[in-house]
Amino acid sequence: MKHVNKKPGKQEPRWQTKISGGNFVDKFHAYRNHHAQALFSSLGRLVASRFSSAMTIVVLAIAISLATGFYILVANLQQLAGNLEASNQISLFLKDDISEARTNKFVNSIKQNPDVQDVKLITKEQALAEFQSYSGFGEAIKALEKNPLPVVIQVQPKNSLENEQALQALLEDFSRSAEVDFAQLDMQWVKRLKSIMEVVRCGVFLLSLLLGAGVLFITANTIRLELYNRRDEIVIAKLVGATNGFICRPFLYGGFWIGFFSGVAAWFIVTVIMLILRQPVETLSRLYDSAFHVLFLGFTETLALLFISSVLGVVGSWIVLHFQLRQLKPE
Amino acid sequence: MLKFDNVSMRYPGAGDVLRNVSFHLARGEMAFLTGHSGAGKSTLLKLIALIERCSRGQVLLDGESLNLAKDRQVPYLRRKVGLIFQDYKLLQDRTVFDNVALPLVIAGYGHNEVSRRVRASLDKVGLLGKEKKYPAVLSGGEQQRVGIARAVVNKPPMILADEPTGNLDPELSTEIMHLFEQFQQVGVTIFIASHDISLIAQMNHRILKLDHGQLVGELNDETR
Repeated sequence: MKHVNKKPGKQEPRWQTKISGGNFVDKFHAYRNHHAQALFSSLGRLVASRFSSAMTIVVLAIAISLATGFYILVANLQQLAGNLEASNQISLFLKDDISEARTNKFVNSIKQNPDVQDVKLITKEQALAEFQSYSGFGEAIKALEKNPLPVVIQVQPKNSLENEQALQALLEDFSRSAEVDFAQLDMQWVKRLKSIMEVVRCGVFLLSLLLGAGVLFITANTIRLELYNRRDEIVIAKLVGATNGFICRPFLYGGFWIGFFSGVAAWFIVTVIMLILRQPVETLSRLYDSAFHVLFLGFTETLALLFISSVLGVVGSWIVLHFQLRQLKPE
Repeated sequence: MLKFDNVSMRYPGAGDVLRNVSFHLARGEMAFLTGHSGAGKSTLLKLIALIERCSRGQVLLDGESLNLAKDRQVPYLRRKVGLIFQDYKLLQDRTVFDNVALPLVIAGYGHNEVSRRVRASLDKVGLLGKEKKYPAVLSGGEQQRVGIARAVVNKPPMILADEPTGNLDPELSTEIMHLFEQFQQVGVTIFIASHDISLIAQMNHRILKLDHGQLVGELNDETR
């Protein structure tokens, strides 16, 4: 250490009552060293009892990875729903017996509609080709004698037509046409999906709260055992004048390490699961002609995961210290 | 240094353990507290170390009323009193050095200061060179010396010992008592609870006797 506290002229009282050993810099170094010492000694204790530590950390990691896994699931579903956002288009399924000429005439009449921005005609053949290439039922469809698919007209209403009632009116207008068998507003199922997503997200949030509480109390119980094992030491430290802060410090750091390592383990669990799932999900996504890619935990999310699990560890041990330390009185 | 003013201590369900105890120890004085088992010796010491609070009366340590001490002040008041126990209360998984250093680390001393003071303290009790040993490999007398080194390392104005020689043979006991006298000579107030009348009678110091919670007089006249 650089700051040697030796002042040759300084006369120290022989028996002092106040803490006055060392100058300020020396004391600051001592304070910092004590924190570092508490940080690493608590880590050392975790390593020394590696079997029980590992078991605790695995249990916590599973709880944390469940919460994180659900979060990732929701994030991925949202990405999926996000891709669908723009499609407030109307699909018109035409009756089977409409001739090609009549179909074209009908398409032209739709184009005249001031509320319509764009119209796309999908013929029976196009629909069949598309269906064969993406649905995976290609072979089965070839076995059919007759093309079962109807002619579809995709109508993209004007963007200004965001009002749902206006869209609904347009939809009803189309469904009354003699050519149309069935008209469907695609936005409806997007909306339904979105409200389902909202329910899922809310459920995931509540589940995460529960899992977080679980982490909190598992940490608390681990620290309680540690406190119990070291009660002699605590009592002696109290007898020679240790403040509660001094006694709590290594346990709080212990809670931090447990939370932190659980977070790291949970990150690995989630990442491995995502790696395993990536291949099948992307195959599925390709089958639906979707630009969907599996989202992994990003940098910020990883930091948040480690931060939240560390904080849960510290808070868990704080709870125990707050309620149990008072009971650990000398004698 | 230490003043008891009409102090009574009542445990719920156990009645009065101390009744109207009054005495005064001057700064730098050495005194013994004796009495049969259950006379209230330990309770009296616990009041000084703030392990217990008295039910009535007042305890003054270094001019400060212990009755008024708030919980968060207790650690700082305890640093004024070096405690020594019959069972030494050493940390078995720490070296002699670490055991003695504990009060200094708690008080926030820097590394150099801790090292210097621990060595000085171990030197005083004659254990210099055993810093790296663990308490378990030391004899009872040596362990108690470690306990004493820990009690004096922070240079408290007062040392409180509860049956410090209870587990030691007469020869070692006398040695330990002489060690206490050395600390008294440099100005520390020493208060020792002991039921070993023959040992404390050899020492030429004030003896307070407790009987069923009451102070029944001082034995110094009879024994001198």
